[in-house]
Amino acid sequence: MKREPVLRVVGKLLIPYMLMFALYVQFHGDFGPGGGFQAGVVTAAAVIFYALIFGLPAARRVVPEALVETLVALGALVYMSVGFAGLLLGGNYLDYFVLAHDTVHGQERGIFWVEIGVLITVSGVMLKIFYMFAGRRREG
Amino acid sequence: MIVQTLLTLMAVVVLALVVQRNLFSVVVLAGIYSFLMATVLVALDAVDVAMTEASVGAGISTVLLLGALYLCGGEEAKPLTRPWLPLVVTLVIVGALVYGTLGLPAFSDPQAPIHTHVVPRYLSGALAETGVPNVVTAVLASYRGYDTLGETVVVFTAGIGVIALLRRARRAKGEGA
Repeated sequence: MKREPVLRVVGKLLIPYMLMFALYVQFHGDFGPGGGFQAGVVTAAAVIFYALIFGLPAARRVVPEALVETLVALGALVYMSVGFAGLLLGGNYLDYFVLAHDTVHGQERGIFWVEIGVLITVSGVMLKIFYMFAGRRREG
Repeated sequence: MIVQTLLTLMAVVVLALVVQRNLFSVVVLAGIYSFLMATVLVALDAVDVAMTEASVGAGISTVLLLGALYLCGGEEAKPLTRPWLPLVVTLVIVGALVYGTLGLPAFSDPQAPIHTHVVPRYLSGALAETGVPNVVTAVLASYRGYDTLGETVVVFTAGIGVIALLRRARRAKGEGA
C-alpha cells in the first residue's frame, strides 16, 4: 500500500488525532469512559496503522523494537513500583492514600501512575505482537 | 428492544461464521461480531467495556488475524472425518451452560447479590474516597488495584510468551538455511 497517495495523506492526517485521542482516553479516564488499557490499545493501533500504510520498516524506524520490548516490561514495573512506594511510605502493598499528605490526593496520584503503567505495558505488548506477526515471511 | 435486535444479529453472524469456509470472510465477520457486541455494551451503559471490545476485539484482533491469514492462506481445509464426538461434547457443554443460566437472578434485578454486596459502598463512597468521578476507574485502579496488577502482569506474560515462541522459530529457520 506504499504507493497509494490518498492513503498516505489521509493516514498522515489521522495518526496525530489517533494519538491525541489515546492521550484523551488516558487522562480523561477519571471523568469519562476509558483508562490505561483502552488508551494503550489506541496508541498501538495508531502505530499499526502507520505500519500498514508506510510499511513495517518505516514503523520500526519510528518505534524501534528495542523500545517496544522495553515498554512491555517497563509498564508492569511502573505498576509494581507504585505498590512498593506504598509499602515504603508505611502502608500496605498498593495502598495509595499514603502517597500524599491528603488521602484523596494520594488516591488520585496512585490511580494516575497505575494507569500509566497499564498504558505502557498494553501498548508495548500489542505493538510487539503485531511486529512479530507482520515480520514473519510466508512459508514456501 | 435494541439489545434483542443486536443479539439476534449476533446470532446470525455466528451462524454465518460457522458456515463460511473463506477465512477472509471469517475474519471480517468476527470483526462485525465484535462491533455488534460493543454496541450491545453501549446500549447496556457499559461504555468502558464497549470501548475495550471495539478497540481490541474489532480493531487489533482483526489486524492480527489478517496478519495470520497472510501467513497461512485464505481457504479453510475440508475436515477429513465427520467430527461427531466434538459436536456431542459441545452440545453437552452448551446444555450445561444454559442450565446454569436458569439459576441466575433475572436480568437487571436490583436485588441480585452482585448489586447488594459491595457495589452500594463503591457507588456512594468512590468520589469522596478517591476523588475520581468515574466509578469504573476508581474500582479498577484503586479498590481492585491488586486485580488490575494481575491483569497487567497477564498482558505482560502474554507478550513475553509470544516473543519467546516466535523468536525461537525465526532463529531455528535461520540456522537451517
